[in-house]
Amino acid sequence: MQALTTRAKAVDRRPMTFLERLYLWNILKGMLITFSHIFKKQPTIQYPEQKRPFSPVFRGLHVLNRDEEGRERCTACGLCAVACPAEAITMEAAERLPGEENLYREEKYAARYEINMLRCIFCGLCEEACPKDAIYLSETFAPASFTRQSFIYGKPDLLIPDPKTQPAELAAAKGLS
Amino acid sequence: MEMHLLAIDWMLFAEKLVLIAIIIFASLGIALYTTFAERKVAAILQDRPGPNRAGPFGLLQPFADGLKLIMKEEIIPNHANKWLFILGPGLAMTAALMTCAVIPWGDKVVLFGRNIALQIADVNIGILYVFAVVSLGVYGIMIGGWASNNKFSLMAALRGASQAISYELAMGLSLIALLMLTGTLQLGEIVKQQMQAGHYWNIVYQPLGFLIFIICAFAECNRTPFDLPESENELNMGFHQEYSSMKLGFYLFSEYVNMFISSVIMATLFFGGYDVPFFDEAAHANWGNWLALIGVASIMIKAVIFIFIFMWVRWTIPRFRYDQLMNLGWKKLVPLALINMLITGAVILYFNK
Repeated sequence: MQALTTRAKAVDRRPMTFLERLYLWNILKGMLITFSHIFKKQPTIQYPEQKRPFSPVFRGLHVLNRDEEGRERCTACGLCAVACPAEAITMEAAERLPGEENLYREEKYAARYEINMLRCIFCGLCEEACPKDAIYLSETFAPASFTRQSFIYGKPDLLIPDPKTQPAELAAAKGLS
Repeated sequence: MEMHLLAIDWMLFAEKLVLIAIIIFASLGIALYTTFAERKVAAILQDRPGPNRAGPFGLLQPFADGLKLIMKEEIIPNHANKWLFILGPGLAMTAALMTCAVIPWGDKVVLFGRNIALQIADVNIGILYVFAVVSLGVYGIMIGGWASNNKFSLMAALRGASQAISYELAMGLSLIALLMLTGTLQLGEIVKQQMQAGHYWNIVYQPLGFLIFIICAFAECNRTPFDLPESENELNMGFHQEYSSMKLGFYLFSEYVNMFISSVIMATLFFGGYDVPFFDEAAHANWGNWLALIGVASIMIKAVIFIFIFMWVRWTIPRFRYDQLMNLGWKKLVPLALINMLITGAVILYFNK
């Protein structure tokens, strides 16, 4: 029969030779193989101390973006919620009142913006759908927790620090400092 | 006069008690760290770092393991035979520790003007005693498996018992050839013979005997490739499936004590015991106690090497099937041991004529 792949190796069904039937020789060969592994490099990463670098296309926890003046970019259009295949995003829109121009960039903003991180599949479609550059996927992942409630991230969890009032925190969140 | 005959040598009594305490605690301590070494060796052979979180280099790991076992809930199944259920692990542990009574750990030490032999009892039937106690170890497995009142445990216990009995036979036969050479059953005497100038270690005279002995020792200790009594995949966990907490700990621990003791016995019988290779002990008699300590270190190093071989084999080869195990024991090792015996006898007769 023709082999299906080039890597397939035919099974050797010849009767065992005397040396093979003794077992001992083959056991010794096996032991030499395991012994050689003593000198091999360990691929282990000691996790909390050492971390594997994320790839540049890694899709982690979401952040809600602000513009240079520290105003929220989100206008609560709901495109991200529509795009979301896991239906993890919930939002409530509100109208910007006079005097709130320094808080919200557009006339409409998200009063409530929640992502259920247990539903989210981190596909990044929300990021692609957003016309205002308001939502991005960062390079961190949701830490473990004991309650389901704590996995529903609200605006305080998602918004990035204000570049005007909290520049140090922003730099730290970006991993610059 | 009567009083004099009845008088007990209290100093000898105290000396032996202290020696027993030291040897038992040392055996337990070594077994404790053997569990750690096993995990480390397994890890290193598999390109992993192994346990390294508890203490520096993970050195406190065995204590953490022990603490965990003690803290666990002690469960005795409803239908188990309570007394035998408790007796099982106790017996396994006792049998494992009893063997160290006849092993010569070193030469004499002079302390407080007394000559103290580093051997609890130099009985003249040393090896027979070892065999008797090792056979007792089967009862630990058997009673534990039977008292659990569980089919899997019982099957594993039966396997363990029949395996131990089959391999004891080949082990005994392989040793008879050695005993024909030494002419004594006394372990201290066997070591002294190997230490004599112009006399090599027994491994040189009995390589085949040693090979059979080490294979049987693997089987006696229930170590891979012969760990059928606790084969996880077909018998859940083997004879200690129903056990929890420190009773399980005793079973697991007695395996490591057994391993240490059989390593020491192999070193004693075939590798010169406390003899240091290429070093004439008799010429350095003025070193006194240091000489005895070097001897103890020597036997310990040999034991550690054997323990490493035990682990090395465990993490290299898979388990035998049960029929393969029986075939190897009865059809290969027993005839081989008999042939070895015949050849040894013929050679002795030829040189003594």
